[in-house]
Amino acid sequence: MFDITRRRLLSASAAIAFTAGSVLPAAAQSGTNGEGVEPPVKAAFVYVGPVGDFGWTYAHDQARQCLEKNLGDKVETSYVENVAEGPDAERVIRQLAQEGNDIVFTTSFGFMNPTIKVAKQFPDVKFEHATGYTTGGNENMGLYNSKFYQGRAVLGTIAAMMSKSGKAGYIASFPIPEVVMGINAFQLAAQKVNPDFETQVVWVNSWYDPAKEADATNALLSQGADVITQHTDSPAPLQAAEKAGAIAFGQAWDMTSFAPNAHMTAIVDQWCPYYTKRVQALLDGTWEADNVWLGMAEGEVEMAPFNDKMPAEVKEAAQKIVDETKAGEYEIFTGPIKDQSGEVKIPEGEVIPEGDLLKMDWYVEGVKS
Amino acid sequence: MMGFALEPRRQESRLANIAAPVIAVAATLIVGAILFTLLGHDGLAAVWHIFIAPLFNPYRWQDLLVKAAPLAMIATGLAIGFKANVWNIGGEGQYILGGLAGTGVALATLDMSGAWILPAMILGGIFGGMAYAAIPAFLKVKLGVNEILSSLMLNYVAIQLLYYLMRGPWKDPMGFNFPQTAMFSGDQTLPYVVPGTLIHLGVPIAAALALTAWGVMTRTVAGFQFRTVGAAPKAARFGGFSASSTVWLALLIGGGMAGLAGILEAAGPFGQMVPQFPTGYGYTAIIVAFLGRLNPLGILVASLVLALTYVGGESAQTVIGLPSAATGVFQALMLFFLLGVDILVRYRLVRLEPAKKTETAEVSAPKTGVARA
Repeated sequence: MFDITRRRLLSASAAIAFTAGSVLPAAAQSGTNGEGVEPPVKAAFVYVGPVGDFGWTYAHDQARQCLEKNLGDKVETSYVENVAEGPDAERVIRQLAQEGNDIVFTTSFGFMNPTIKVAKQFPDVKFEHATGYTTGGNENMGLYNSKFYQGRAVLGTIAAMMSKSGKAGYIASFPIPEVVMGINAFQLAAQKVNPDFETQVVWVNSWYDPAKEADATNALLSQGADVITQHTDSPAPLQAAEKAGAIAFGQAWDMTSFAPNAHMTAIVDQWCPYYTKRVQALLDGTWEADNVWLGMAEGEVEMAPFNDKMPAEVKEAAQKIVDETKAGEYEIFTGPIKDQSGEVKIPEGEVIPEGDLLKMDWYVEGVKS
Repeated sequence: MMGFALEPRRQESRLANIAAPVIAVAATLIVGAILFTLLGHDGLAAVWHIFIAPLFNPYRWQDLLVKAAPLAMIATGLAIGFKANVWNIGGEGQYILGGLAGTGVALATLDMSGAWILPAMILGGIFGGMAYAAIPAFLKVKLGVNEILSSLMLNYVAIQLLYYLMRGPWKDPMGFNFPQTAMFSGDQTLPYVVPGTLIHLGVPIAAALALTAWGVMTRTVAGFQFRTVGAAPKAARFGGFSASSTVWLALLIGGGMAGLAGILEAAGPFGQMVPQFPTGYGYTAIIVAFLGRLNPLGILVASLVLALTYVGGESAQTVIGLPSAATGVFQALMLFFLLGVDILVRYRLVRLEPAKKTETAEVSAPKTGVARA
């Protein structure tokens, strides 16, 4: 049933460490002096939602499985799902470090401060945090993120071209810069097609709450929106849109199977190349804390196949944005950009710098929130 | 047709009353093991890793204590009210308001230093929780509003207030516009009581409060008042105990304890205020209160059992790949069995006499029986 000797060994070594009076790492971690970690590398993942959300967490877990496939027996992975952001996350991350993992990926914004705290206590374990803005000065902690807003511009274009009412409903989680810039990118792209386009935002204050997401969708649909897009992780908004005959977009992964008619396309998060690269670096002894923000050009952001229901000219326009973004010729945050009050915030020809995007807290014209 | 009915027992057995939670936990383990085996997991390993393995791992002890402290604190406060038939379901909201009030003090004193700051925050937290619980108390005493509904609905108001403060007035100006406050300073953070561990001041406070509450409830007139008002409202009135003062006291104590738990969590494990602050402690504490038989000492044990399901549930995920929903399943099974066993403590299962099985009995039997098989 369970491996008694190993368990005894673990608890015994833990007990010794405990009597030494310290929560600092007990198990000696290997490979910090330029040499690679002895395979298998133990990599752990902390998820904010269930792996079955078919969105954000699902995409991370697909990447975890892909990492296992890529590196074979050189890597051993485990994960903890549905971890609340805050002290619960800190406990889970610390537990993973104590269990002898070499690298821990924490995959939600709210895990940032807990990761910083644990990284301080375990200098020999590597930590990678997704979507945060600071490592708190830890040299064993990296940051990684994707330019999802590039995909949002594609969605906005499709939305404005296909909408009859000129009104989109946006199911949003928390007003952090990541989400705010997504809303703005969507609205800006839509506005280029239809200057009168409006995006109505509803905050559900959760990353994953299918019931609330569906309620918000129905409310938006009854207010005249005929396009639904979301920055929450469940397929519930899509399903509600499908029922109402509206169109919608998947989140983080291809969600076509949940709404074959409503699902036009989806922003697909491809974390596998990054995970593979980082674990390989650990094996090679070349791992260093970094802070990366990759997008379509690097293959980290992809669009799911366009629905056959999409008219040819819409497909063409959407594909054009994808191609130009990859080539570095299209940047949605190029002026002139007006804020909600109609005042020009970014003058003609100017591009919002990345640093400002990462702390964006204002909405562009046409966003109703 | 053979039938069964539930009949109230004349006297509840003291032993059965104490044995009930033990039986419920045991039944949970057995049924949980069978359930997860049928679902294709290793059921015995699931039970082992959630309920037993953390007890043998000294690393997990501190996690258990830290997780149990707020549960015990809130549950002790709620149980005092439950004893007096005051059903405060607003522990979650009072916990949030306590955290917010203490955070308000912290943000106002962010640039100051001194040993007085932390006590001021804690007092702020207690008053915050009490003030919030005063609303359902006022509504109940003056207007006869059911406190179950008013206290429950105020939980949602508290969450919205938290979101508002995090996005606007209290947002960290240096925080890249993420909705959360600045980190608290050293003088605003709870000290650790055991060096080298995560056991903060809140843990001994929770234990001390539970012991005090036990003393008050069993050894003082006030405790007698609560128990009498709950058990025999009419007798209490003849005895000169005021029903409305009991409502006020019960809610203020419950709110104060929840508020204290809130600020201790904020100043301890969180170290700041964030939108994710409420994690359902106020609701879980209700399970803790009943599992602990509304007795503060029992509540201490019950809070550790519930903490075990959280902490063990996480280990079980990494070690044997159990889904996180397993924690919820075990908690729900526990409450289910506890309520079931409690029915049997209070009622007797009697077989309906076959002799009575005339046609009239057939019709009237379902009305008299509480449940009929």
